[in-house]
Amino acid sequence: MSAKVDTPLFYSPLSYLRIALTTFIARRLLFALVLLAAVSLFTYLLFALLPTDPAALTCGKNCKPELIEANRVRLGYDKPIYEQYVQFVKGIFAGRTYGTGDVAFTCPAPSLGYSFNQHECVSTLIGKTFPVTAFLSLGAFILWMLLGVGTGTLAALHRGKWQDRLTSVVTSIGVSLPTFYVGLLVLFSVVIWLQWLPFPHYASPTDNLHDFLTAMILPWITLAVLSAASYTRITRNGVLEAMNEDFVRFGVAKGLKNRTVIRKYVLRAALIPIVTIAGLDFAALLGGAIVTESVFSLPGMGRLAIRSVTDSDLPVLVGTTLVAAVFIVMANTIVDIIYGILDPRVRLK
Amino acid sequence: MSTTESAVGELAEYVLIESKSPGRLAWERFRRDRVAVTASFVVLFFVGIALFAPLVCKALGINPLTLDRKALNDFGLPNGPFGAMSRKHLLGVEPGTGRDILARLIYGARISLLVGFVSTLLTTVIGVVLGIVAGYRRGKIDAIISRFTDLTLAFPSLLLIIALTRPFTQRLESLGVPEGNPARLTYIVLVLSLFGWVYVARIVRGQTLALREREFVEAARASGAGHWHMVFKELLPNIWAPIIVIVSLSLPGYVAVESTLSFLGVGLLPPDASWGVMLGDSVRYYRADPAYLFVPGVALIVLVLAFNVMGDGIRDALDPKSDRQQLG
Repeated sequence: MSAKVDTPLFYSPLSYLRIALTTFIARRLLFALVLLAAVSLFTYLLFALLPTDPAALTCGKNCKPELIEANRVRLGYDKPIYEQYVQFVKGIFAGRTYGTGDVAFTCPAPSLGYSFNQHECVSTLIGKTFPVTAFLSLGAFILWMLLGVGTGTLAALHRGKWQDRLTSVVTSIGVSLPTFYVGLLVLFSVVIWLQWLPFPHYASPTDNLHDFLTAMILPWITLAVLSAASYTRITRNGVLEAMNEDFVRFGVAKGLKNRTVIRKYVLRAALIPIVTIAGLDFAALLGGAIVTESVFSLPGMGRLAIRSVTDSDLPVLVGTTLVAAVFIVMANTIVDIIYGILDPRVRLK
Repeated sequence: MSTTESAVGELAEYVLIESKSPGRLAWERFRRDRVAVTASFVVLFFVGIALFAPLVCKALGINPLTLDRKALNDFGLPNGPFGAMSRKHLLGVEPGTGRDILARLIYGARISLLVGFVSTLLTTVIGVVLGIVAGYRRGKIDAIISRFTDLTLAFPSLLLIIALTRPFTQRLESLGVPEGNPARLTYIVLVLSLFGWVYVARIVRGQTLALREREFVEAARASGAGHWHMVFKELLPNIWAPIIVIVSLSLPGYVAVESTLSFLGVGLLPPDASWGVMLGDSVRYYRADPAYLFVPGVALIVLVLAFNVMGDGIRDALDPKSDRQQLG
């Protein structure tokens, strides 16, 4: 591996760890790549085997058979499935050109295919809708972390008192409610009955910040309140557990202020499981908040995906599924690596 | 009084303390938890209504399929305040058709709970079996099962469930499942189980791996216990607690997911209705008939909340450390 000639007489524990860590990370990354390859293959095959004919969907009802056949050849649907898949993967890395001569058009890398319904490259469509989903997820994420960790800590510090009881009732309701129902109730009560906000009409924040904020505030609050419920519970349990640990008792015995002990010892220990779940939840949202985007009519990736289902727009469906899978696998890998750094026992396998 | 006599007295006091099995201790803890007991009665109530839906509807004199045009006004909307709630239609009528909402709610509970129960049963059985096998056998089998879990988890499940509805229900129909709603329900249950067992398997595998290293399991292995004995006498009895908790918490989850799917259009065909279908329908009439929006919603909230509270109660009862009286 390295060109080092002089081998050290002994490894310090730290250097031993470092070697183990790099192999661990390399192995995890390799596994993530293999997993993504498997996901892409599986998704492609699954949708390719469906009884819908993507070529027939390329033009309207009164379409001539010759045109369908021409489009089939142009999009490569006349080839066997495995060849189609190879072309698809090639397109991701090198871009893809459909047809020849004057009618040819190119989707630059990373090309995920071409949508005949919307007459655009799938990657362009995803690029257009992704910022909406990203803003939605990021805002909701920040809100729910603050809310969840805050109320969870509060409940734990007032264990058994009314603050604890109240959060327990509210979180029970929060985890039980379906997002679409809460979203609709919020939308109807704030926009239609109370008329505090205009009907959400999304605009990009650089174009019209006011429209952006009025469209985003309700979905942010809905997602944050519902997701915060489980974080409150986990934080509460984590804080209670941490408060029984010796290192926390030691901090108290040493005469540190309560505030310092909670901030430096208790929360730090209690937050580890939260980081894991937060990473995965955030990634799942980034892949398309289907329900929230449908309820609040936000033009994000989730809406794009749902629309592709109703339109039988296979290339878009495959593309959005894959992008969502990439986020999930990435988050899983990052969380695993962070765990490997924090807790060396994970790497022993 | 001599010292021996008082020692005998102390001993006698010890004998008086009853020995209780962990299960009985948990049951006693659960019984003391008044909120959880109330929640279980609510759950029982809903299950009873769903089981005896035809009888209950007959007793109330209502039918989920009868169209009551008289209860509607000229615009096809419920004729009267609060969705035309009256003595004849306790929870009002459905806009457009005039069907009794209470009757539909009672029959809807059947479908929602059926989806919840069957999905939970399937995910739990598959998850527990594969989780224990993976954790107990380790090595190659564990690697295969774990990689399979990773692969399943990598897919955006909601999107796939929606996308595959049409082709797969057609497939099921061609395989002999009765057309229409039976095929749709079978699809929903199967696909929810396909994506759901993974979570159970992960937890069970982790528990099994931890248990494997415990002294009593090692002792059993050293004394030559067979695989069946190890699994059924040593491992399973010790992972019942997390399994019961998973069951009680995942059931309301599936009821909620079914309602989400119905809202997104992957639901049942009329005239059958689950609570999710009713919720999805009611959304279209939110402005003209807000009462319709609240009825199925409140029913869903109460049921799901009752299950969650009951599940939390069971978890607290099964965890010896969570004795509230002790820690105060």
